[in-house]
Amino acid sequence: MTTPAVHPAEGPAHEAHRVSGGLLEPRQLLVSLPDAVRKLDPRVMFRNPVMFVVEIGSLLTTYSAIRHTSVFAWVITVWLWLTVVFANLAEAVAEGRGKAQAETLRRTKTEAVARRIVGPWRPGAGEVAEELIPAAGLTLGDHVLVEAGQLIPGDGDVVEGAASVDESAITGESAPVIRESGGDRSAVTGGTKVLSDRIVVKITSKPGETFIDRMIALVEGAARQKTPNEIALNILLAALTIVFLLAVVTLQPMATYAGAEQTIVVLVALLVALIPTTIGALLSAIGIAGMDRLVQRNVLAMSGRAVEAAGDVSTLLLDKTGTITFGNRQAADFTPVSGTEVNQLADAAQLSSLADETPEGRSIVVLAKEKYGLRARTQAEIGHAEWVEFTAQTRMSGADLHEDGTVRRIRKGAAGSVVTWVEENGGRPGEEIGALVEGISSAGGTPLVVAEHHSGEPARVLGVINLKDVVKHGIRERFEDLRLMGIRTVMITGDNPLTARAIADEAGVDDFLAEATPEDKMALIRQEQGGGKLVAMTGDGTNDAPALAQADVGVAMNTGTSAAKEAGNMVDLDSNPTKLIEIVEIGKQLLITRGALTTFSIANDVAKYFAIIPAMFASVYPGLKHLNIMALHSPTSAITSAIIFNALVIIGLIPLALRGVRYRPSSASALLRRNLGVYGVGGLIMPFAGIKLIDLVVQFVPGLH
Amino acid sequence: MDPTLAGALQALALVAALALSHRPLGDYLAHLLTSAKHLRVERGIYRLIGVNGDFDQTWMAYLRSVLAFSAASVLFLYAFQRLQNHLWLSLGFPAVGPATAWNTAASFVTNTNWQSYSGEATMGHLVQMAGLAVQNFLSAAVAIGVVAALIRGFHRNRTDRVGNLWVDLVRVTLRLLLPVSVVFAIVFVAAGMVENLHAAAQVTTLSGGGQSLPGGPVASQEVIKEFGTNGGGFYNANSAHPFENPNPFTNWLEIYLLLVISFSLPRTFGTMVGDRRQGYAIVAVMAVFWVGSASLLTFFEWQHNGTALQAAGAAMEGKEVRFGIAASTLFASSTTLTSTGAVDAAHDSLSPLGGGVTVFDMMLGEIAPGGTGSGLYGMLVLAVVAVFVAGLMVGRTPEYLGKKLGGREMKFASLYILTTPAIVLIGTGVAMTFRGERAAILNSGPHGFSEVLYAFTSAANNNGSAFAGLTVTSTWWNTALGLVMLFGRLLPMVFVLALAGSLARQQPVPATAGTLPTHRPLFVGMLSGVVLIVVGLTYFPALALGPLAEGLHR
Repeated sequence: MTTPAVHPAEGPAHEAHRVSGGLLEPRQLLVSLPDAVRKLDPRVMFRNPVMFVVEIGSLLTTYSAIRHTSVFAWVITVWLWLTVVFANLAEAVAEGRGKAQAETLRRTKTEAVARRIVGPWRPGAGEVAEELIPAAGLTLGDHVLVEAGQLIPGDGDVVEGAASVDESAITGESAPVIRESGGDRSAVTGGTKVLSDRIVVKITSKPGETFIDRMIALVEGAARQKTPNEIALNILLAALTIVFLLAVVTLQPMATYAGAEQTIVVLVALLVALIPTTIGALLSAIGIAGMDRLVQRNVLAMSGRAVEAAGDVSTLLLDKTGTITFGNRQAADFTPVSGTEVNQLADAAQLSSLADETPEGRSIVVLAKEKYGLRARTQAEIGHAEWVEFTAQTRMSGADLHEDGTVRRIRKGAAGSVVTWVEENGGRPGEEIGALVEGISSAGGTPLVVAEHHSGEPARVLGVINLKDVVKHGIRERFEDLRLMGIRTVMITGDNPLTARAIADEAGVDDFLAEATPEDKMALIRQEQGGGKLVAMTGDGTNDAPALAQADVGVAMNTGTSAAKEAGNMVDLDSNPTKLIEIVEIGKQLLITRGALTTFSIANDVAKYFAIIPAMFASVYPGLKHLNIMALHSPTSAITSAIIFNALVIIGLIPLALRGVRYRPSSASALLRRNLGVYGVGGLIMPFAGIKLIDLVVQFVPGLH
Repeated sequence: MDPTLAGALQALALVAALALSHRPLGDYLAHLLTSAKHLRVERGIYRLIGVNGDFDQTWMAYLRSVLAFSAASVLFLYAFQRLQNHLWLSLGFPAVGPATAWNTAASFVTNTNWQSYSGEATMGHLVQMAGLAVQNFLSAAVAIGVVAALIRGFHRNRTDRVGNLWVDLVRVTLRLLLPVSVVFAIVFVAAGMVENLHAAAQVTTLSGGGQSLPGGPVASQEVIKEFGTNGGGFYNANSAHPFENPNPFTNWLEIYLLLVISFSLPRTFGTMVGDRRQGYAIVAVMAVFWVGSASLLTFFEWQHNGTALQAAGAAMEGKEVRFGIAASTLFASSTTLTSTGAVDAAHDSLSPLGGGVTVFDMMLGEIAPGGTGSGLYGMLVLAVVAVFVAGLMVGRTPEYLGKKLGGREMKFASLYILTTPAIVLIGTGVAMTFRGERAAILNSGPHGFSEVLYAFTSAANNNGSAFAGLTVTSTWWNTALGLVMLFGRLLPMVFVLALAGSLARQQPVPATAGTLPTHRPLFVGMLSGVVLIVVGLTYFPALALGPLAEGLHR
């Protein structure tokens, strides 16, 4: 799956909300079956206490079924084994999805050959001696030479030259990117391809620890360690398993006293039905799938811990540029002075900007076209014109149009410069323009003044263009969602407080940090963390690195420096800062899925008691028949149905485990109400229906009567 | 008065009285457990026992104090009983046998008050007053101290200190238990309860038969028996004895006293953590189970199957005619839900399903409202489990009152919920395996099994009431149940204090809209569900073979 070209924040507000993963194809189950069987190895199973108990139970029933063979014993034995296999299948399917991706990555790795520079390298060394070695032999501090058409052999920083690089191998994005020495775009990744020019790269990673290596380990799940939450949940599940184990083991002497000694098969069946197998079976698949959902969004989390932390984040630090606003200032509207038509102003503004190649200049042309229907004329169309390009000295751009012997000069630029120009040309700017400029400035915008001068007449001011940061469409709604989730958003910007406030108000962030230096950012993170909050941020520059390392969730942009990538605990391959919001949602969804399935698993027990207990003891204590409220056909069919239900529910929930439960940003109360309703109450009721349905079929199996 | 109406009025009066005391008693306890000031007499005691009253202990030190104090108490009580024939007021009774003395020592130190002896025929007045009754005060105070440590764990930040056991112990005893006991002892005496130092008086009845009328300092011991949820009766018949519970008024008052601390502690909790709504949520869960249990039990006892019961109008076997059905069932469910174990009716003679309700009450882990202190800490541990599952469902690392519930916290909570069922089930299983021990069962069939199940459930949960009918005076039973009581009391305390320590160390997480609210009805429902399914249903197979097998008819 590739990332949608539209940034989530720009897409239709409501479609973007739902976090979902890929779908499960039935074929995947079949493909993963051999892996699932291989995982039956007790040394592997041991890591999952709940399912390990089921496996031991299956061994016991197998032994028992061989010694005292009966249809019932074999049916139970087979379904118990299936329960274990289904659990392994869930994990295998989750892992399988990453395998294909890992294969592609591995191929890029093995092919690479490095041209290592022999001896010390100095800037501007020109021709140097080089040797060819396998990429795997590179080590920290080596310098390598890469030319057009060659693969970059390892992670590093460009120290000389600039090149366009195809990073599609890791980002899936086919458009090449520029990498150059110095600055924040110097990092290159091993396995990517240089398309043009020649660069010298200083290797910054040890062999076997490159970005690609880590990616392979991540997508394969090999480096997967249990996350803190998973450990805590595992402890609870293990405790429940032990309690039920004791309940079942001690039941035998009690049953013997009652004159209803139970077979091993029945006792194991009761145990497996009671221990939390549903969540035990799906727990690790949920974790792997959570990481995978991030990978599908082109985000690499360096640890599962980071993904979990994302769900806990209570403060988001968002860079204004790129996240909240588009990267640059754009013309938002034209305000004419009295006596001037707005169309006249728009026309003049457009003409004066035709020669302005800056993004601001182009945005004026576009605004005039979109809002006032003025077609953007090319410079060639207006032949008899002299174009005045924008320079840092004049801070103005414009055009001198020769019409019928007269010259019409139009200028657009910084208020001070244009006003001076008007005065120099005999005009009087007047007080009105001062007020307009002031108004725009105080609202956080940048005013550009437009003026014209017909030869022989005094120059006059036409009006003002309001340049401002344009807040991304839909971002406000996103922030409202975050607020519902209890997350505070803080906008980080280098702008002055006035401008920052205006944008903060427009975007609906909770707070902002203006004129922010890296130190300010760091201080803010520390302060938030001091209050017990978890902080997430994005960053790309080297000066972001300390803050990225300090933040609980630090998402480095792939375009950033290796220092930044090293410091963060996630890397966004698309370099889209807005994705931070999605990351938080995925983190939450991961935890919710675990909680929901745990609740479901525990709630299931009630129905199973009502199926199995009367089946075990109604023969000696006939009154217990009243507990058979599902009216199951016979003791054997009742126990069989409960076990089959238990196994099938695992298979049935694999897609949910992989996809994650439905998640919409909302308050904790609303989430709890919904999930408790669906998975708690649902988990209470559903097995009654499920076991009854299975019993309706199973009762016709000969030998189960 | 119509018995139904009388029962309803008693229950309503009880609810009203409990509601009225909830606030003042809860806040008084909160003040007592947080105040920095010592009374002069307290300072004297601290000097005497060599304790710095202003010094807070780590959870480990607190635990060591609890264990050392319990060990010393068991030894003291054991020696006291073994030597009673050499002391005053022994009434001529010989030394208590070693097995019984061990069992009784463990029983009173653990706030269980399981009695494998008959009070009026075994213990002299001095042992009753200076040995058993003293533990009635102290064992209650220790448990209140432990729950205070847990609450401090929730409330305090970045510290390894959870309070000082000796201070908690002295303050709770001196400022709460003693004064209340004095006041209500006078009320009880006024209401007709016995209070003297007489030995048994031999009288000749009108019909010419001989009868022994035992005296004793009953009223003074009766208050703390209920108020500290102890339940150890002065007489063998416990609160069914007319000298120990003379009339319906004292009966009602005893029920009130055994419930009042446990139902007020959630207020203490709410006040101490600075959010009273948290306390209301906890008390609501307790009330749900208490009302449910009392209603069910009354319902089962009113149902009269069989000719004898129909003639009597209800299942009156084993119940005092003075009290009737409603007062007896209210007492029975309150005593089994609070780890008190005092009885005013024979639980063995309750209807099968009614008896099942009393066992199930104890199986819930004595948390609704539970014993003094122990009830609240049990409920809070279950709240931790409920918050953990619910917290995951709202997409955050679960946190309760701002404290994160990670691996360490869940380890202690899991061990806590694992301990009592393990002790009950293993104990019952072992007893049912040994043929010789089973011979102690009076009845056959499921009822006989219920007696064994009841005994282990009662001992492990530190309740102390008994399904009579099981002969528990043998060395095996005395030893086994003594161990069960000690494990059932001290292991959970270890885990609670460890939990308190790891909570206190944390830096709290500020609450936001994304934080799971733990004071709303939804959470009350969730916690009730966790109590019922995670704790209660563990015993479903065992219950099926006992009370359910007996009570469900073809």
